[in-house]
Amino acid sequence: MALSAPANVRAPSRVGTLIGRAARSREVTLAAVVVVLSMFVWFEAPNFLSSTNLISVTALTAIIVIAAVGEALVIITKNIDLSVESTMGLVAFVVAEMLKGQNIPLPAAWALGIGLGLALGMANGVVITIFRVPSIVATLGTLSIYRGLTYWVANGQEITTSDLPNGYTDPASQTIFGVPLFVILAIAVVIVAALILRYTVFGRQVYAVGSNAEAAATIGVGARSTVFLVFALAGMLAGVAGVLWGIEFGQLYASSASGESLAVIAAVVVGGVSISGGSGTVVGAAIGALFLGLINNALTVLNLPQEWLQVIYGAVILLAVVTDALVQMRTQRAKARSRMR
Amino acid sequence: MFHRLPRAAAGVALALVLAGCSSSATPTPAPVITPAPVITPAPATPTAAPATPTAAPTATPCPTGGITGNIVMLPKQINNPYFDVAFKGAQNAACDLGGTLTEVGPSSADATLQIPFIQTATTQSAKAILVSADDANVIAPALKSAMAAGIKVVGYDSSPAVGAYSVFVNQADTAGIGKGLADMACDEAPNCTGEIAVLSAAQTATNQNAWIAAMKTTLTGSKYAGLKLDGVYYGNDDPTISTTQTTAMLAAHPNLKVIIAPTTVGIVAAAQVVTSQNLIGKVFVTGLGTPMGMQTFVKSGAAPEFALWNVTDLGYLAYAVAVDLLNGTIKGNPGDTFTVPSLNGGAPYTIGANSVVVLGPPFVFNAQNIDQYVASFGF
Repeated sequence: MALSAPANVRAPSRVGTLIGRAARSREVTLAAVVVVLSMFVWFEAPNFLSSTNLISVTALTAIIVIAAVGEALVIITKNIDLSVESTMGLVAFVVAEMLKGQNIPLPAAWALGIGLGLALGMANGVVITIFRVPSIVATLGTLSIYRGLTYWVANGQEITTSDLPNGYTDPASQTIFGVPLFVILAIAVVIVAALILRYTVFGRQVYAVGSNAEAAATIGVGARSTVFLVFALAGMLAGVAGVLWGIEFGQLYASSASGESLAVIAAVVVGGVSISGGSGTVVGAAIGALFLGLINNALTVLNLPQEWLQVIYGAVILLAVVTDALVQMRTQRAKARSRMR
Repeated sequence: MFHRLPRAAAGVALALVLAGCSSSATPTPAPVITPAPVITPAPATPTAAPATPTAAPTATPCPTGGITGNIVMLPKQINNPYFDVAFKGAQNAACDLGGTLTEVGPSSADATLQIPFIQTATTQSAKAILVSADDANVIAPALKSAMAAGIKVVGYDSSPAVGAYSVFVNQADTAGIGKGLADMACDEAPNCTGEIAVLSAAQTATNQNAWIAAMKTTLTGSKYAGLKLDGVYYGNDDPTISTTQTTAMLAAHPNLKVIIAPTTVGIVAAAQVVTSQNLIGKVFVTGLGTPMGMQTFVKSGAAPEFALWNVTDLGYLAYAVAVDLLNGTIKGNPGDTFTVPSLNGGAPYTIGANSVVVLGPPFVFNAQNIDQYVASFGF
């Protein structure tokens, strides 16, 4: 990487800057933690890095990554979307219900599912930007409403693999050159979102609204339209995640994806997106999701006592965030010191 | 767009099926936050026709007579397929034995949300409450108040604390299920040898913990000497966690032969992981599941056999016990005997210690009978 030492002796200051920049970037430190942790677990349990295990873990993580990209956009605008799990659950169930009840082609069912996610996200956006309800309250409401709709659609039934087309769950385990299909899709989503955030006017508006909505407004950035769009996109991505959810599990309950909102938000926050808005990247959120997915798997692979899994899981999250904060503090202090010199 | 298969209760004359008056009950959508009572329509009138013209209109009219008054059924959670089928069984019993059955309950399995429903039933002077406890102790005081008000309390599926019910109808006795789990593992492991592991529900799940303990006792027998239990994992009855745990246990124990999942969510997740990791024929899944959820996996060989009790009969027996308590046929004391014509082959049931009555041994499903029971259970 950037750390391969240049031959030029007068360069150390530049190298120092690069190291500093790398260390200050949450993405790099977290990726390093992921690598170190994987090595450690691999040493203890060689099967951790077996291709079957990695494919299983990353396919599941890919779903969270896609939802986390949407959530990251929302959180960067200093909002939050708690309804993501209900959107995923409703979309997953409705798609399966369509496939079960009607002879509707797969792509059409998937497209309708993603469209439903978009509509649910837009509904969030309307409540937040037009009725001016704080996003945490609005999405707490829709978290419940969308889940309630799923119960209504489900009507006490569950959908099983035998209700779905033959081989419906196969894509979940398919790979291209050893990389799971879901992972390729997730990477594509992350890249597109990262490019949009970095290089488009909309992308800059997302950060502007999140760091200072009033200031953004004075320079003509419409906070409301930006926030509306961000929620619509988050809904759409939750819709994609919901479709993948159905393919991954093949068994849909009215309660499917319950509790995943916290996993998605945790991924975003661990990935370095500031909960107070205006900073962070979708790449960080994706690495955050990968980190949490691997931790979850590793704790069990290591045969740690089941009673302690949740405690250790939480502790590892805090450790990652605190380590990162310490590294950042240190590099900032070093920077300040070098400035004083 | 939301085309549903109608839940037609066709009067199929199978050993495990209770023909009865079919009613097209349409549960009200669940309230999600407030625990306001949700009233599900009581058994339909004798003229109720099956929901679709394609279903054979074999529903016989409910006989007149029997008991009168309202009996409330309070499952752990409404809109849950398992409890819906138990409710169907109780509806059949209401048809046969008289009385009006109402189902109420929380939309998430939370004991504190069950309390208001018990209080409402008490103030409305229901004759009896059939309850599956989300937590044995949390709802005990409310149930005791109901009993003090003269209401008969019959537990089913998940027991309230002893003393907070008149009779508890146990779906199968713990030892029977424990032995069933061990036997199925022994069947599935080649030559009854190799490593096995358990994928359970929550660590606090009373039923699962008791079954696993009983299974461990059975495994000490000489017949099972070749089986080595690698550990017990917890999937919290959540598809994601169950999948993560199954994936991890397979990585941790590459020689694993059998995964025993005594929970309907866990067994499907485990079978799905075995399927997607191309381990069919190498790793076998068994446990407790629903016929419809497991149909694909039984046929593919991911889970050659699994067990469950008859949930329709469970609901029927709970209702029948309530009726016998109301009639004074039984007091609910250990040693009391009673018969239910359509259950247990007409042989008498005997109430055992702690006023518990056992429905019967678990029933094993396999490739030979799975299709038949998917049709008859409908879940």
